[in-house]
Amino acid sequence: MTSDQAKAEIQERLGVAAAGERGQLTVTVPVERWLDLARLAKDALGCLYFNFSTAVDWKDQGLEVVARVENVVAALSLTMKTRLGPGETHCPSLVPIWRGAEWMERECYDMFGVRFDGHPDLRRILLGQDWEGHPLLKSYAVDTPHPPFR
Amino acid sequence: MEIKAPTPQIPPPVWTEFKDLQEWEKFHQERPEGDKHSEIFEQATEGVFNFPGGFIATGLVDSILNWARKSSVWPVTFGLACCAIEMMATFASRFDVERLGMVPWASPRHSDLMIISGTVTIKMAPMLKRIYDQMPDPKWAVSMGSCANSGGPFRYGYHVVKGVDRVIPVDVYVPGCPPPPESLLNGLLLLQDQIAHFKKTGQRPAPNPKTD
Repeated sequence: MTSDQAKAEIQERLGVAAAGERGQLTVTVPVERWLDLARLAKDALGCLYFNFSTAVDWKDQGLEVVARVENVVAALSLTMKTRLGPGETHCPSLVPIWRGAEWMERECYDMFGVRFDGHPDLRRILLGQDWEGHPLLKSYAVDTPHPPFR
Repeated sequence: MEIKAPTPQIPPPVWTEFKDLQEWEKFHQERPEGDKHSEIFEQATEGVFNFPGGFIATGLVDSILNWARKSSVWPVTFGLACCAIEMMATFASRFDVERLGMVPWASPRHSDLMIISGTVTIKMAPMLKRIYDQMPDPKWAVSMGSCANSGGPFRYGYHVVKGVDRVIPVDVYVPGCPPPPESLLNGLLLLQDQIAHFKKTGQRPAPNPKTD
Protein backbone atom coordinates (compact mmCIF):
# COMPACT_ATOMS: atom_id res chain seq x y z
CA MET A 1 0.00 0.00 0.00
CA THR A 2 1.71 3.13 -1.21
CA SER A 3 0.62 6.69 -0.57
CA ASP A 4 -0.95 7.04 -4.00
CA GLN A 5 -2.94 3.86 -3.61
CA ALA A 6 -4.13 5.01 -0.19
CA LYS A 7 -5.11 8.41 -1.57
CA ALA A 8 -7.06 6.81 -4.40
CA GLU A 9 -8.78 4.48 -1.93
CA ILE A 10 -9.81 7.36 0.33
CA GLN A 11 -10.98 9.40 -2.66
CA GLU A 12 -13.03 6.52 -3.96
CA ARG A 13 -14.63 5.42 -0.71
CA LEU A 14 -15.15 8.71 1.09
CA GLY A 15 -14.92 11.36 -1.58
CA VAL A 16 -12.37 13.50 0.26
CA ALA A 17 -8.89 14.31 -0.94
CA ALA A 18 -5.98 13.28 1.27
CA ALA A 19 -3.02 15.61 1.54
CA GLY A 20 0.58 14.61 1.93
CA GLU A 21 3.07 12.33 0.30
CA ARG A 22 5.71 9.68 1.04
CA GLY A 23 3.62 7.76 3.50
CA GLN A 24 2.50 10.77 5.53
CA LEU A 25 -1.15 11.42 4.77
CA THR A 26 -3.61 13.84 6.33
CA VAL A 27 -7.36 13.53 5.92
CA THR A 28 -9.96 15.93 7.21
CA VAL A 29 -13.53 14.71 7.40
CA PRO A 30 -16.73 16.02 8.95
CA VAL A 31 -17.56 14.48 12.27
CA GLU A 32 -20.35 12.31 10.77
CA ARG A 33 -17.80 10.48 8.59
CA TRP A 34 -15.29 10.06 11.44
CA LEU A 35 -16.05 6.41 12.10
CA ASP A 36 -16.27 5.66 8.36
CA LEU A 37 -12.78 7.03 7.93
CA ALA A 38 -11.53 5.04 10.89
CA ARG A 39 -12.98 1.78 9.56
CA LEU A 40 -11.55 2.51 6.15
CA ALA A 41 -8.15 3.17 7.65
CA LYS A 42 -8.18 -0.06 9.59
CA ASP A 43 -9.78 -2.42 7.07
CA ALA A 44 -8.73 -1.10 3.69
CA LEU A 45 -5.47 0.67 4.46
CA GLY A 46 -4.31 -1.78 7.10
CA CYS A 47 -3.52 0.82 9.72
CA LEU A 48 -3.48 -1.50 12.74
CA TYR A 49 -1.38 0.67 15.04
CA PHE A 50 -3.04 3.56 16.85
CA ASN A 51 -0.36 6.15 17.46
CA PHE A 52 -2.00 8.99 19.34
CA SER A 53 -5.13 11.02 19.70
CA THR A 54 -5.34 14.62 20.77
CA ALA A 55 -7.28 17.80 20.14
CA VAL A 56 -6.67 21.39 19.09
CA ASP A 57 -8.59 24.30 20.51
CA TRP A 58 -9.36 26.82 17.77
CA LYS A 59 -11.20 29.14 20.20
CA ASP A 60 -14.36 30.42 18.42
CA GLN A 61 -14.22 27.81 15.70
CA GLY A 62 -14.46 24.93 18.12
CA LEU A 63 -12.32 21.93 18.82
CA GLU A 64 -10.48 19.78 16.33
CA VAL A 65 -9.88 16.14 17.18
CA VAL A 66 -6.72 14.68 15.70
CA ALA A 67 -5.80 11.00 15.63
CA ARG A 68 -2.90 9.30 13.97
CA VAL A 69 -2.88 5.67 12.91
CA GLU A 70 -0.13 3.78 11.17
CA ASN A 71 0.37 0.84 8.91
CA VAL A 72 3.75 -0.17 10.21
CA VAL A 73 4.45 -2.78 7.54
CA ALA A 74 3.78 -0.44 4.63
CA ALA A 75 5.32 2.59 6.38
CA LEU A 76 2.09 4.50 5.94
CA SER A 77 0.85 6.92 8.56
CA LEU A 78 -2.53 8.53 8.38
CA THR A 79 -3.42 11.63 10.36
CA MET A 80 -7.17 11.87 10.75
CA LYS A 81 -8.73 15.19 11.64
CA THR A 82 -12.25 16.23 12.33
CA ARG A 83 -13.63 19.58 13.34
CA LEU A 84 -16.31 19.70 16.00
CA GLY A 85 -18.65 22.65 15.80
CA PRO A 86 -18.31 25.74 18.02
CA GLY A 87 -19.26 24.81 21.56
CA GLU A 88 -19.63 21.18 20.54
CA THR A 89 -17.80 18.62 22.66
CA HIS A 90 -19.20 15.28 21.50
CA CYS A 91 -17.25 13.06 19.17
CA PRO A 92 -17.57 9.36 18.28
CA SER A 93 -15.06 7.19 20.05
CA LEU A 94 -12.46 5.11 18.22
CA VAL A 95 -12.18 2.53 21.00
CA PRO A 96 -14.44 -0.04 19.25
CA ILE A 97 -12.00 0.02 16.34
CA TRP A 98 -8.64 0.41 18.07
CA ARG A 99 -8.47 -0.70 21.69
CA GLY A 100 -5.31 1.39 22.07
CA ALA A 101 -7.35 4.55 21.74
CA GLU A 102 -8.85 4.12 25.18
CA TRP A 103 -6.29 5.88 27.33
CA MET A 104 -5.53 8.41 24.64
CA GLU A 105 -9.15 9.47 24.54
CA ARG A 106 -9.27 9.58 28.31
CA GLU A 107 -6.33 11.95 28.23
CA CYS A 108 -8.01 13.99 25.52
CA TYR A 109 -11.13 14.21 27.65
CA ASP A 110 -9.00 15.13 30.65
CA MET A 111 -7.18 17.96 28.93
CA PHE A 112 -9.72 19.25 26.42
CA GLY A 113 -13.09 18.04 27.62
CA VAL A 114 -14.00 16.16 24.46
CA ARG A 115 -16.78 13.71 25.30
CA PHE A 116 -16.17 10.56 23.32
CA ASP A 117 -19.46 8.78 22.69
CA GLY A 118 -19.10 5.04 22.97
CA HIS A 119 -16.01 5.14 25.15
CA PRO A 120 -16.24 2.36 27.76
CA ASP A 121 -14.59 4.21 30.63
CA LEU A 122 -14.41 7.95 30.16
CA ARG A 123 -12.74 9.25 33.30
CA ARG A 124 -9.88 11.60 33.95
CA ILE A 125 -6.55 9.87 33.62
CA LEU A 126 -3.80 12.33 34.60
CA LEU A 127 -5.44 14.90 36.81
CA GLY A 128 -7.27 14.16 40.03
CA GLN A 129 -10.90 13.15 39.86
CA ASP A 130 -11.93 16.33 41.66
CA TRP A 131 -10.30 18.64 39.15
CA GLU A 132 -12.55 21.29 37.71
CA GLY A 133 -12.18 22.39 34.12
CA HIS A 134 -9.98 21.15 31.32
CA PRO A 135 -6.57 22.81 31.49
CA LEU A 136 -5.42 22.72 27.88
CA LEU A 137 -8.41 24.68 26.65
CA LYS A 138 -7.57 28.24 25.72
CA SER A 139 -10.33 29.48 27.99
CA TYR A 140 -8.81 27.83 31.08
CA ALA A 141 -7.17 30.24 33.50
CA VAL A 142 -3.97 28.69 34.82
CA ASP A 143 -4.36 30.50 38.12
CA THR A 144 -7.62 28.76 38.88
CA PRO A 145 -7.46 28.10 42.62
CA HIS A 146 -7.27 24.51 43.64
CA PRO A 147 -7.51 24.32 47.42
CA PRO A 148 -5.79 23.54 49.66
CA PHE A 149 -2.50 23.68 47.84
CA ARG A 150 -3.01 26.47 45.32
CA MET B 1 -15.43 -30.88 30.00
CA GLU B 2 -13.84 -27.51 29.92
CA ILE B 3 -12.18 -26.32 33.08
CA LYS B 4 -12.10 -22.60 33.63
CA ALA B 5 -9.48 -20.89 35.65
CA PRO B 6 -10.98 -19.34 38.77
CA THR B 7 -11.52 -15.61 38.57
CA PRO B 8 -9.47 -13.94 41.28
CA GLN B 9 -11.69 -12.18 43.76
CA ILE B 10 -9.82 -9.11 44.92
CA PRO B 11 -11.54 -7.15 47.66
CA PRO B 12 -11.78 -3.46 46.83
CA PRO B 13 -9.29 -1.32 48.73
CA VAL B 14 -10.60 0.88 51.49
CA TRP B 15 -9.79 4.09 49.72
CA THR B 16 -12.32 3.44 46.96
CA GLU B 17 -14.91 4.78 49.37
CA PHE B 18 -13.23 8.14 49.08
CA LYS B 19 -13.70 10.33 46.07
CA ASP B 20 -10.19 11.64 46.07
CA LEU B 21 -7.03 11.75 48.11
CA GLN B 22 -7.91 15.06 49.65
CA GLU B 23 -11.03 13.53 51.12
CA TRP B 24 -8.84 10.76 52.50
CA GLU B 25 -6.59 13.42 53.99
CA LYS B 26 -9.56 15.04 55.65
CA PHE B 27 -10.42 11.66 57.10
CA HIS B 28 -6.96 11.44 58.61
CA GLN B 29 -6.87 14.80 60.29
CA GLU B 30 -3.61 15.80 61.83
CA ARG B 31 -3.35 16.25 65.56
CA PRO B 32 -5.18 19.49 66.37
CA GLU B 33 -3.15 20.11 69.52
CA GLY B 34 0.14 20.19 67.69
CA ASP B 35 3.22 18.53 69.09
CA LYS B 36 3.40 19.52 72.72
CA HIS B 37 5.20 18.11 75.68
CA SER B 38 3.27 16.71 78.55
CA GLU B 39 2.46 18.98 81.47
CA ILE B 40 4.63 17.07 83.92
CA PHE B 41 7.64 17.22 81.60
CA GLU B 42 7.19 20.97 81.11
CA GLN B 43 6.92 21.56 84.87
CA ALA B 44 9.98 19.42 85.61
CA THR B 45 12.15 21.17 83.03
CA GLU B 46 10.96 24.58 84.23
CA GLY B 47 11.81 23.58 87.77
CA VAL B 48 15.31 22.44 86.87
CA PHE B 49 15.87 25.55 84.76
CA ASN B 50 14.76 27.92 87.56
CA PHE B 51 16.83 26.13 90.20
CA PRO B 52 20.03 28.14 90.92
CA GLY B 53 22.62 26.93 88.46
CA GLY B 54 20.09 24.71 86.80
CA PHE B 55 20.49 26.40 83.42
CA ILE B 56 23.92 24.79 83.15
CA ALA B 57 22.36 21.36 83.35
CA THR B 58 19.56 22.18 80.88
CA GLY B 59 21.97 23.83 78.46
CA LEU B 60 24.26 20.83 78.64
CA VAL B 61 21.40 18.44 78.05
CA ASP B 62 20.18 20.60 75.17
CA SER B 63 23.58 20.66 73.52
CA ILE B 64 24.05 16.92 73.94
CA LEU B 65 20.60 16.23 72.53
CA ASN B 66 21.18 18.56 69.61
CA TRP B 67 24.57 17.01 68.93
CA ALA B 68 22.95 13.61 68.88
CA ARG B 69 20.19 14.84 66.60
CA LYS B 70 22.40 16.52 64.09
CA SER B 71 24.78 13.55 63.97
CA SER B 72 22.09 11.12 62.97
CA VAL B 73 19.76 12.82 60.55
CA TRP B 74 18.23 10.08 58.51
CA PRO B 75 16.70 11.30 55.28
CA VAL B 76 13.75 9.41 53.87
CA THR B 77 14.38 8.31 50.30
CA PHE B 78 11.68 10.26 48.57
CA GLY B 79 12.58 11.12 44.99
CA LEU B 80 10.07 13.15 43.03
CA ALA B 81 11.74 14.24 39.80
CA CYS B 82 15.11 14.81 38.19
CA CYS B 83 16.53 16.32 41.40
CA ALA B 84 16.28 12.81 42.81
CA ILE B 85 19.16 11.77 40.55
CA GLU B 86 21.38 14.37 42.18
CA MET B 87 20.07 13.33 45.57
CA MET B 88 21.04 9.73 44.80
CA ALA B 89 24.49 10.92 43.76
CA THR B 90 24.76 12.71 47.08
CA PHE B 91 23.80 9.54 48.91
CA ALA B 92 26.25 7.45 46.93
CA SER B 93 29.88 6.83 47.73
CA ARG B 94 31.47 9.78 45.95
CA PHE B 95 29.78 12.42 48.05
CA ASP B 96 29.01 10.01 50.87
CA VAL B 97 26.60 11.61 53.30
CA GLU B 98 27.04 8.70 55.66
CA ARG B 99 30.15 10.35 57.03
CA LEU B 100 27.75 13.04 58.29
CA GLY B 101 25.62 10.41 59.95
CA MET B 102 22.92 10.48 57.30
CA VAL B 103 21.61 7.08 56.36
CA PRO B 104 19.10 7.20 53.52
CA TRP B 105 16.24 5.19 54.94
CA ALA B 106 13.34 3.72 53.05
CA SER B 107 10.71 4.30 55.70
CA PRO B 108 9.34 7.64 56.84
CA ARG B 109 8.62 6.22 60.28
CA HIS B 110 12.33 5.92 61.07
CA SER B 111 13.43 9.14 59.40
CA ASP B 112 14.10 12.67 60.56
CA LEU B 113 14.59 14.52 57.32
CA MET B 114 12.63 14.75 54.11
CA ILE B 115 14.42 16.04 51.04
CA ILE B 116 11.73 17.24 48.65
CA SER B 117 13.67 16.55 45.49
CA GLY B 118 11.65 17.77 42.57
CA THR B 119 8.38 19.09 41.27
CA VAL B 120 5.42 18.75 43.59
CA THR B 121 2.25 18.48 41.57
CA ILE B 122 -1.15 19.16 43.04
CA LYS B 123 -1.94 15.49 42.73
CA MET B 124 1.24 14.51 44.59
CA ALA B 125 0.92 17.08 47.38
CA PRO B 126 -1.50 15.06 49.57
CA MET B 127 0.81 12.04 49.41
CA LEU B 128 3.78 14.21 50.31
CA LYS B 129 1.87 15.63 53.25
CA ARG B 130 0.91 12.16 54.37
CA ILE B 131 4.49 10.88 54.24
CA TYR B 132 5.64 13.97 56.13
CA ASP B 133 2.99 13.39 58.76
CA GLN B 134 4.19 9.83 59.18
CA MET B 135 7.66 10.97 60.21
CA PRO B 136 8.24 11.16 63.96
CA ASP B 137 9.14 14.44 65.61
CA PRO B 138 11.55 16.18 65.58
CA LYS B 139 11.62 16.30 61.80
CA TRP B 140 13.06 18.58 59.18
CA ALA B 141 12.50 19.27 55.52
CA VAL B 142 14.91 20.40 52.84
CA SER B 143 13.42 21.84 49.69
CA MET B 144 15.73 20.91 46.84
CA GLY B 145 15.71 22.68 43.51
CA SER B 146 13.71 25.45 41.92
CA CYS B 147 10.56 23.41 41.49
CA ALA B 148 10.24 22.59 45.15
CA ASN B 149 11.29 26.10 46.19
CA SER B 150 8.87 28.09 44.09
CA GLY B 151 7.43 25.98 41.29
CA GLY B 152 10.41 26.71 39.08
CA PRO B 153 9.83 26.58 35.33
CA PHE B 154 6.36 25.18 35.95
CA ARG B 155 5.27 28.05 38.17
CA TYR B 156 2.83 29.33 35.57
CA GLY B 157 1.53 25.89 34.75
CA TYR B 158 -1.79 24.61 35.91
CA HIS B 159 -0.75 21.57 37.89
CA VAL B 160 2.25 22.47 40.08
CA VAL B 161 2.25 23.60 43.68
CA LYS B 162 4.03 26.95 43.72
CA GLY B 163 6.56 26.04 46.36
CA VAL B 164 6.44 23.09 48.69
CA ASP B 165 6.28 25.44 51.68
CA ARG B 166 2.56 25.70 50.99
CA VAL B 167 2.26 22.07 51.95
CA ILE B 168 4.82 21.48 54.71
CA PRO B 169 7.20 23.72 56.66
CA VAL B 170 10.66 23.87 55.10
CA ASP B 171 13.94 24.48 56.94
CA VAL B 172 16.54 24.82 54.18
CA TYR B 173 16.00 25.86 50.57
CA VAL B 174 18.64 24.63 48.13
CA PRO B 175 18.61 26.59 44.86
CA GLY B 176 19.53 25.15 41.50
CA CYS B 177 17.94 23.35 38.60
CA PRO B 178 18.89 20.73 39.61
CA PRO B 179 21.32 21.53 42.43
CA PRO B 180 24.57 19.60 42.09
CA PRO B 181 25.47 17.23 44.92
CA GLU B 182 27.86 19.80 46.38
CA SER B 183 24.98 22.23 46.65
CA LEU B 184 22.74 19.73 48.37
CA LEU B 185 25.61 18.76 50.67
CA ASN B 186 26.01 22.40 51.58
CA GLY B 187 22.29 22.56 52.32
CA LEU B 188 22.54 19.50 54.53
CA LEU B 189 25.47 21.04 56.42
CA LEU B 190 23.41 24.20 56.89
CA LEU B 191 20.62 22.04 58.23
CA GLN B 192 23.01 20.40 60.70
CA ASP B 193 24.09 23.85 61.81
CA GLN B 194 20.45 24.75 62.28
CA ILE B 195 19.79 21.60 64.27
CA ALA B 196 22.73 22.34 66.53
CA HIS B 197 20.93 25.49 67.65
CA PHE B 198 17.56 23.86 67.87
CA LYS B 199 15.97 25.07 71.07
CA LYS B 200 12.56 23.53 71.45
CA THR B 201 11.86 20.06 70.29
CA GLY B 202 9.00 19.32 68.01
CA GLN B 203 7.57 22.83 67.71
CA ARG B 204 6.94 23.36 64.04
CA PRO B 205 5.95 26.64 62.42
CA ALA B 206 2.79 26.57 60.31
CA PRO B 207 3.16 26.29 56.54
CA ASN B 208 3.67 29.55 54.73
CA PRO B 209 0.19 30.84 53.77
CA LYS B 210 1.08 32.39 50.41
CA THR B 211 -1.58 33.47 47.97
CA ASP B 212 -1.32 35.12 44.63
